[in-house]
Amino acid sequence: MGYPHKPHPRETLVLSEHFGDSDARTYDGWVKRGGYRALEQALGMEPQAVIDEVKASGLRGRGGAGFPAGVKWDFMPKQKSKRHYLCCNADESEPGTFKDREIMRWTPHALIEGCAIAAHAIRAEVVYVYIRGEFTEAIAVMQQALDEAYAKGVLGRKALGSGTSIDMYIHRGAGAYICGEETALMNSIEGKRGNPRIRPPFPAAVGVFGMPTTINNVETLGSVPHIMTRGAEWYKSLSLSSPKSTGTKLMSVCGHVARPGNFEITMGFPMKDLIYDLCGGMSPGRTLKAVIPGGSSVPVLDREEAENCVLDYEGCVAAGTMLGSGGMIVFDDTADMVYQMMRIAKFYAHESCAQCTQCREGTAWTVRILQKILSGRGEMQDLDLLLDVGEMMTGKTICVLSDSCAAPVGSAVQKFRGEFEAYIKGARQPAVALV
Amino acid sequence: MHDASTHESVFDGKRRARLDEIMKRYPTKQAALLPALWMVQEAHGWVSDQAMAEVADVLELTPAYVKGVVTFYTMYHQHPVGKYFIQVCTTTPCNICGAEGVVEAFLQHTGCGELGATSKDGRYTVVEVECLGACGFATPVLVNDDFIENVTSETVPDLLERYR
Ligand SMILES: Cc1cc2nc3c(=O)[nH]c(=O)nc-3n(C[C@H](O)[C@H](O)[C@H](O)COP(=O)(O)O)c2cc1C
Ligand code: FES
Repeated sequence: MGYPHKPHPRETLVLSEHFGDSDARTYDGWVKRGGYRALEQALGMEPQAVIDEVKASGLRGRGGAGFPAGVKWDFMPKQKSKRHYLCCNADESEPGTFKDREIMRWTPHALIEGCAIAAHAIRAEVVYVYIRGEFTEAIAVMQQALDEAYAKGVLGRKALGSGTSIDMYIHRGAGAYICGEETALMNSIEGKRGNPRIRPPFPAAVGVFGMPTTINNVETLGSVPHIMTRGAEWYKSLSLSSPKSTGTKLMSVCGHVARPGNFEITMGFPMKDLIYDLCGGMSPGRTLKAVIPGGSSVPVLDREEAENCVLDYEGCVAAGTMLGSGGMIVFDDTADMVYQMMRIAKFYAHESCAQCTQCREGTAWTVRILQKILSGRGEMQDLDLLLDVGEMMTGKTICVLSDSCAAPVGSAVQKFRGEFEAYIKGARQPAVALV
Repeated sequence: MHDASTHESVFDGKRRARLDEIMKRYPTKQAALLPALWMVQEAHGWVSDQAMAEVADVLELTPAYVKGVVTFYTMYHQHPVGKYFIQVCTTTPCNICGAEGVVEAFLQHTGCGELGATSKDGRYTVVEVECLGACGFATPVLVNDDFIENVTSETVPDLLERYR
């Protein structure tokens, strides 16, 4: 469901409170809704105090890895001898994920405010908002909001009249999933091919243009103003299960549900209720088969696992998967898991930057083996081969794109083995012609 | 078209001033490469070898380096494309919601026949792309800069009426 629409009563509206309300897009509209008070407050605080507040809130990165935001900020040098940078990751290309786009389209000033607070905390004078090239509308809305923010003195040499200088620019991507990986993103800003960099050195020491840099996701940064105004304790209290997962999470739900869309839940919300209640369940007559909960890069859950999964970082790990970006792909009983795994593998093969052999060859081989099975020419040993190749692709490369292909495919081979075997045994008609 | 003598310079006058403005955002000239290539594509519709050479010249890079970057990013066209460039998402979430049918419908109704080919009248080019970041609104389609959601094979003909 696109915006505007009536939120579900079981949602917790923090980030999405003003989604669908175009007045909130403007500077005046934002200020009317309490906007830029958090920035004013933060600019009056010592940077370390801002970091400590965010640390205390328990806010964790919403881009996929779930690293505590305040801890990441604390890695930045305290003695400033070089320029510091903040990069806002708005590359949002993880299949199943479409939340950052709504934050930018509806509440651009919330993101600008969050970026400015973070910039103050890490003593960065320049912020690059890296937006994927395809997000034409989000880019236009963000640019307009930035222009307004400059005109109103929110940004620039004296941000909100303070002694802090904050410049903010949009850097438009040009079609490459890998540029969402933080070190590839920095290379892309520098005008290079988006190849991830070997760590260490970590970005807090050597980041964009060789300077100390922090990279955060749009949703992470968008949460910061709320933490400033309402306090770390309030944010921490938004937790239904594990105390290590706090706040709200925008869950993007897509695939075979009656009402796909974004739903803002409190951490620890049951996946079952999200699917059957908020999203209206499956279409009539259909049943749930599988869920990939964290964007396509994480292990797939079968029905039972999904219905018992708690939506927070720890709950997803306990269920054998990861919360990732919170992009949930839901499959009903009509889905062909073998074909869809081939389609997922094709995505990673297409998006591999091809630096690392295991990734370049592994993703391509995974597609080939799956196509062979789908064409009816597969053999039983191909299933072991898929798992073997997957193992060679895990934990061995510069970034985790390779692992991200192996995780869904490997878990599907294990959990839906019967579907793979049906193609191999000829019990199922070939779905593709072998090329 | 591929003759260097016919290359119409991109970075003159206003555009040069805009690029100079953009360059101030970064500590290196090289960092203005992606924005410069976007400006080329906006002006010419695609990025030719001559344009790459011009960009290289302006940003003090080599043409080979610029080409290396252009070829990395899928959104820069290295060949002329139709007046309307149509990108259809076919990644898993859209795939299970009927994206392949949407592609078929576009190929049929535009007269393109096959992916990546431009229709005889020069109007359309249709390509499949990976996740457009709007998976809950399957199938999203980009027609030039217009981002259109919830496209189905049935709505394709009506949609094309807007792009004649
Ligand atoms: C292949 C790959 C793609 C990624 N894509 C994105 C993305 O589109 N958006 C994002 O925020 N993070 C993405 N990440 C995660 C980033 O590397 C990084 O962890 C994140 O932006 C940090 O922000 P956070 O701590 O606020 O989550 C990706 C990681 C990998 C390995
Ligand atoms: S899979 Fe089509 S937009 Fe994400």
